[in-house]
Amino acid sequence: MGIAFENRVTAPQLPSRPAYGDNQTGTHLPTRAGSLNGVIVPEQPGKNAIEVRGVRKVFGTGENQVAALDTVSVSIRENEFFTLLGPSGCGKTTLLRLIAGFDFPTAGEILLHGQDIAPLPPFKRPVNTVFQSYALFPHMTVAQNIGFGLEMLGKPKAEIEARVTQMLKLVKMEALKARRTSQISGGQQQRVALARALAPQPKVLLLDEPLSALDYKLRKEMQIELKRLQHETGITFIFVTHDQEEALTMSDRIAVMSAGKILQVGSPRDIYDRPAERFVADFIGETNFLPGTVVSKKSGVATVKFASNATIAAGYPEGFDPTGEVTLVVRPEHADLVPDPAKGTVAGTLANIVYFGTDTHYHVKLDGGENFIVRHQNSRSAPVTYATGAKVGIQFEEDAARVLKD
Amino acid sequence: MTTAALSPTTLSKAALFEAQAVKTSARRNRLLSLPALIIIGIFGVLPLVIICVYSFLVAAPYGGVQWQFSTDAYLNFLFQRDIFDDTLQFTPDFLIIYLRSFLFAVVTTVICLLLGFPTAYFMATRPPAQRNWWVLLITIPFWSNLLVRTLAIMFIIRDEGLINNALIGLGVIDKPITMLYTNFAIQLGLLYAFLPFMVLPLYSSLEKLDFRLVEAGYDLYATRRQVLWRVIIPLSKPGIIAGCLLVFIPALGAYVTPLILGGGIHLMIGDLIAQQFGSGRNWPLGCAQALILMAAVLVALFLYVRNTSGKVQHG
Repeated sequence: MGIAFENRVTAPQLPSRPAYGDNQTGTHLPTRAGSLNGVIVPEQPGKNAIEVRGVRKVFGTGENQVAALDTVSVSIRENEFFTLLGPSGCGKTTLLRLIAGFDFPTAGEILLHGQDIAPLPPFKRPVNTVFQSYALFPHMTVAQNIGFGLEMLGKPKAEIEARVTQMLKLVKMEALKARRTSQISGGQQQRVALARALAPQPKVLLLDEPLSALDYKLRKEMQIELKRLQHETGITFIFVTHDQEEALTMSDRIAVMSAGKILQVGSPRDIYDRPAERFVADFIGETNFLPGTVVSKKSGVATVKFASNATIAAGYPEGFDPTGEVTLVVRPEHADLVPDPAKGTVAGTLANIVYFGTDTHYHVKLDGGENFIVRHQNSRSAPVTYATGAKVGIQFEEDAARVLKD
Repeated sequence: MTTAALSPTTLSKAALFEAQAVKTSARRNRLLSLPALIIIGIFGVLPLVIICVYSFLVAAPYGGVQWQFSTDAYLNFLFQRDIFDDTLQFTPDFLIIYLRSFLFAVVTTVICLLLGFPTAYFMATRPPAQRNWWVLLITIPFWSNLLVRTLAIMFIIRDEGLINNALIGLGVIDKPITMLYTNFAIQLGLLYAFLPFMVLPLYSSLEKLDFRLVEAGYDLYATRRQVLWRVIIPLSKPGIIAGCLLVFIPALGAYVTPLILGGGIHLMIGDLIAQQFGSGRNWPLGCAQALILMAAVLVALFLYVRNTSGKVQHG
């Protein structure tokens, strides 16, 4: 066995040694209320919790072969809130299931703290999952559900009880511990599922779209709750979602996936402000795409000329050499309208004005034929009012435009 | 109905109408169950009453009964009246046949469960499109009569049967192994006859099982064995209970199988009761034996259900 998880039955009280399943701090009782004492202090700060190396997953045989994951490599750091973001069918859940051990990769390796776990069955991996359907055991109470993992690890009864009480407190479910899981609400089931997965103090917690079944308000609450839990437990969270807003608000880093590939990995700001590919820019937030021609480039900044002969400086992704015809991306809030078409970098006709309360969207039909949206935050004093059909210019903020890879 | 009677003056017309609708729909529902109730009454309850009455009468010399009250039938179950001095002597003959039948039924149930559970699990884990084909395959034995199938077993296991001929032909044995008309033959016949009754309820229970719960079990460090005992079996308990009942009860009263494969030497309850109405010409005794069997099954059932439902709570 790659992981020294076999000591789980014999000696849970062994003095600390750097092996899995031997939670150095796990056998102590909590010293601080509301927090998990089993914080896994990274042996070397900044080390990778999970390393996915060249993983391929093919389902089916012969002509029906489908590559759900097409040679994916990614590193997830310790104590990180890492999100796999993408539309359904992009392979994000497949990657999560490979890390959990429910499926095995066709090729490649998955390292947990440097050890290959890809061939191990799920019950030998110090990784726990919060399922999209919660998958709570209906024949057990809330407390029995939470204690299940520890019981299977062969922990002594007293320790299980202490830990269950602690977890119930952590997710604020003490009052309902004797209830059947069918007798509690969806939000409460979600909390129990979280507590159950956190109770054995996994090295990594996997969350498979855990909030998708909750209504809007509850989802917002749980987002904050999840961040708090991640902060308090210090466990690495790998979160799968198709909701870009959820990903942006919660994650330390995001991996955007499409068609079995990881397109871009970066902080929410990176992903939003500096998308590398058209898909990433399009999938996250609202975006404007503009065609242009590269005139010159210097140290990561290209000068791009539009059809209107106006030029602009635009950054481009690392390791990419833009030439000739390129596509530029500009976020709607990084552009502004000016009444004089001649003063804008690009110009067009105002086709539509949509009022959103907090801001207003101006839909502009550019002279080149493209549609462009400008978002303007509403304030008490509206300096200029525009009318549909008017000729307007659009100015870009500094660094607003980026050259896309595609 | 009570609401309508309470204070009709204060109730709105709509409420009255609703109460009326509820009343008529309840009446209609009762009407729907009437045909079934009539059939159960005529062919279920009435014969039971007749059996009950007959068991307290005296046997007529050539079958039938004489209308004279007697508890002899029940006494005869455990005792034998001495021909000379009329004293009662304890004879466990019938009791032994009952216990043997119970043993056969229990063994049948246990082996059917052990064989049926993996089968049902296999079927339930096939792709949905395939599952109906597997169910169809399981029901193939029902396409022909039990009697015919039992006779077929006879041809397979008799001294000059398929198995013995094959073994002798291969030189494994010199003399045929006697299998027909033994306890083994009865047990084999019972297993064969009742296995589908175990597989089908187990399958319907396992098919509904949420296999994400199995994954959750593995994820929470349960080994395959632990997942089986802590997740799959507790969740398929309704199917296990139904299957056990469907096998145990008919196996206990099995008639054709022990008669043919046991050769009338190794009796089971069903044969014993049938004998009283046939060659035994003691209808009251047969009735009493049937009622004792029924009482025993009810007691066993009660204990079984009470025990298993208690375990479901624990998980």
